[in-house]
Amino acid sequence: MPNKKIVNDFSITIGTVNGSGSQTANVTLLRALFKMGIPVSGKNLFPSNIQGLPTWYTIRVSKEGFIARRDEQEIVVEMNPASFQRDLESVSPGGAFFYADDIKLPVTRTDISVYPMPVKQMAKAAQVSPNLRDYIANMVYVGVLAQMIGIDMEKIKQALDFHFKGKAAAIDSNFNVIQAGAEWAAQNLKKTDPYFVESMDATKGYVMADGNTAAALGAIYGGVQFAAWYPITPASSLAEALNLYLPRLRKTADGKQTYTVLQAEDELAALGMAIGAGWGGLRAMTSTSGPGISLMSEFAGLAYQAEIPVVVWDIQRIGPSTGLPTRTAQGDVTETYFLSHGDTQNIILFPGSVQECFEFGWKAFDIAERMQMPVFVLSDLDLGMNQWMTKPFEYPDSPMDRGKVLWEKDLEKLNGVWARYRDVDSDGIPYRTVPGNRNPAAAWFARGTGHDEYTRYSEDAETWESNMLRLKKKYETARRLVPKPVIRNTKGATIGIIAFGSTEPAVEEARELLKQDGGPKTDSLRLRALPCTSEVLAFIKKHERVYIVEANRDGQLRQILTTVVPPEQAGKFRSVCHSDGLPLTAGWVKDAILAQEKKNK
Amino acid sequence: MTTTVASVGQTNKAGLTKNDYRGLPSTLCQGCGHNSIASQIIAACYELDIVPEEIIKMSGIGCSSKSPAYFLNRSFGFNGLHGRMSSLATGAMFGDKSLKVLGVSGDGDTASIGMGGFKHMMRRNAPIVYIVENNGVYGLTKGQFSATAEVGLNLKHQGINQYMPVDICMEALASSATFVARSFAGDPKQVKELLKAAFSHHGVAILDIISPCVTFNNEENALHSYTWGKDHEEPLHEISYVPKLAEIILDGEFPEGAVREVTMHDGSTVVLKKLEKDYDPTDKANAYQILENAQKNNWLVTGLIYIDTHKPALTDIYNLVDTPLNRLEEKDIRPARETIDKINAMMF
Repeated sequence: MPNKKIVNDFSITIGTVNGSGSQTANVTLLRALFKMGIPVSGKNLFPSNIQGLPTWYTIRVSKEGFIARRDEQEIVVEMNPASFQRDLESVSPGGAFFYADDIKLPVTRTDISVYPMPVKQMAKAAQVSPNLRDYIANMVYVGVLAQMIGIDMEKIKQALDFHFKGKAAAIDSNFNVIQAGAEWAAQNLKKTDPYFVESMDATKGYVMADGNTAAALGAIYGGVQFAAWYPITPASSLAEALNLYLPRLRKTADGKQTYTVLQAEDELAALGMAIGAGWGGLRAMTSTSGPGISLMSEFAGLAYQAEIPVVVWDIQRIGPSTGLPTRTAQGDVTETYFLSHGDTQNIILFPGSVQECFEFGWKAFDIAERMQMPVFVLSDLDLGMNQWMTKPFEYPDSPMDRGKVLWEKDLEKLNGVWARYRDVDSDGIPYRTVPGNRNPAAAWFARGTGHDEYTRYSEDAETWESNMLRLKKKYETARRLVPKPVIRNTKGATIGIIAFGSTEPAVEEARELLKQDGGPKTDSLRLRALPCTSEVLAFIKKHERVYIVEANRDGQLRQILTTVVPPEQAGKFRSVCHSDGLPLTAGWVKDAILAQEKKNK
Repeated sequence: MTTTVASVGQTNKAGLTKNDYRGLPSTLCQGCGHNSIASQIIAACYELDIVPEEIIKMSGIGCSSKSPAYFLNRSFGFNGLHGRMSSLATGAMFGDKSLKVLGVSGDGDTASIGMGGFKHMMRRNAPIVYIVENNGVYGLTKGQFSATAEVGLNLKHQGINQYMPVDICMEALASSATFVARSFAGDPKQVKELLKAAFSHHGVAILDIISPCVTFNNEENALHSYTWGKDHEEPLHEISYVPKLAEIILDGEFPEGAVREVTMHDGSTVVLKKLEKDYDPTDKANAYQILENAQKNNWLVTGLIYIDTHKPALTDIYNLVDTPLNRLEEKDIRPARETIDKINAMMF
């Protein structure tokens, strides 16, 4: 036994072959740890491939509750000869390396504990049909690992029960292999590494879910009535979750649907259909990723110009072009902010947690309908596709805002006198009617071309410009409607950090690390929307230097913020940006800030 | 938004005059085939007693797509993007599925930039009357070839077209459209009767209407010209539309087999009077054959080429509530508060 135990503070990486069914094994480990009350995160680093390429899953346990990705991996489980060498080298000194003993490759490290596992042999011995053997083989490492680091077998059983939806045969056949693995390890392996898990009470009040499921559920509670989509990684699971949960939540007593979900022929059509439905008076959305957003550009401008509400979820992956379809980034900020030609400016929401994906799922419709324009919700692959521990979803805390819609009775009161694009309330937001309104004065002619207040085609210079200026004024109104940032202050701090979306865990941990390393005290602001609310501008004004952390190459948010603050304020901005397809780590954020702070001294 | 003028003159069963179906004055060229089609849309809707508020007008970009401003002022309209009317209409029809959808497009809009969406709209049998005002040429951009221009067409500034034309009706058949017709703007009576039939069809109704461009493609020998159309039109039948409950009265005596009747979804009847040869528009192989023959023999075959009244329309396959979706209230579309705990319990 090692001298000093290290408990609930390390990372595990599991190297497997994609398509081998290892996801079940990995998620079982993650869920068992979560059920033990240990704060935990799991990240799937997978290839854009169906079967046969290396894939990794990293699990972090953190008694302090830090759930960002880490660069270090104390425990590595290797099931794939192709990644054996590289993964062996990645084990932290003093760490542990478990591997399937049918991989006949030399173990060249002497500074770590090495544990071969008879995976093939045990899978063969399991009482399962040969076609399930490869899948069940992964359960061997679950059992071995459980035994060697101390995972509660009862919690593993609970995880399997959830995964297999209570189907006893599947649960038992998997659990038997796990138990056999654990027994084999107990009899044959001698623990020489210091890494253990122990039960805690730190996950009470949390659930585990992925951001795409949360977004879909949020949309359902937001009353989504029409969703069109086209398959794309990493967004497909959002639309699939709509298909899974809508029938449970949104059918009438007699089994009729209050919604339509339609798989379109491409992303152009997906947004086109959603805009058609938005014009038709429905809460309409689409979900996609960067390449789809690029295709949607022309339609985005139409919705902006004709003032049609629509919600677009962008589950970002790294680009440009096809990029790395299964790797994460925050690289679509500039694109969505200005999406389409001419003077276009869009509203963006940035959910920073799974719970917030749910919240923005419904809120986005309120904002889109109130503002009568597209609302882009920028999640990413890390937030969207990975399982996160999250606070439970909260029922919407405000009634639906359907915006300024005139129905028959409203038009009767107005004696039919109204103009579609007139700024009646001085907030830039006009009134609209929707098809099906039977009042003879209800109709208007939606168009992407120049129009007067009555929607008539117009090439008049003044008419054009005054309409565009009203749209700008309308965008200003959005500042008062979008979610305010989350600000965390430290007494005496003069340095500010601005971040958004899924980097929050890395940024908050980095602030702790800065404290420990004698770095500067910092305040943080997690931006939740564009346009910026007044709190964002005040935060920038208040600080001497403002670090803007983002997972893209060029510091896209910094570029945008530079255009919205006075020039002397923009001089405070320091970019902390990095994009290699992996979620940011706290260590990197801390180092990047410290390096720039040194330059300032 | 327009103040309604008190109706004067003759009214239809909806209590409306023809004026109630008009639009703004056309800004298209004098003599443009599209203007003639707009007149027939007005006439057909008036005669069908459709309330204008119960139609939505959809279009893409181009001369044809501008024309919805020139009819049915009291109908909602959406002049969208070039080639993208199909998707906009597909989404829009879910807002209130009781509305009739009228799409007006052109050959550039449909057969070039919008071909993908056009075909997918058809395979879904989206309930829409989709008119292609087909003139073989791009008008607003000043006379370039469109994808329906015939091989050998010689246009000023463009030279001679070398590519095979797209046959819109053939594309429609291949994409499982359930109502496929061709007509000619120079034959307004047939246009009107086909329009009425199309409005009674529950599913996608494609009307490929040769609509000459008097400015850029109206030379006598051009396949989309008035002269050529008049000289080469080969109607498959004489078509007349008989509304539901009206008695079918035909002029004169007809021997057995001289008349075909197609019962439409709404109970109306389309009567097809045999001309030189009998033609069965419910037989798809026939339809392919007649289009093939037309191409070979330089005929402008017009009439109802194909019809299938049995396939469910797109909006039928979702088992939607009877109330229009856009009239549902918060209580109908936001799950009850107590469901949230169940949902959270479904997470791990």
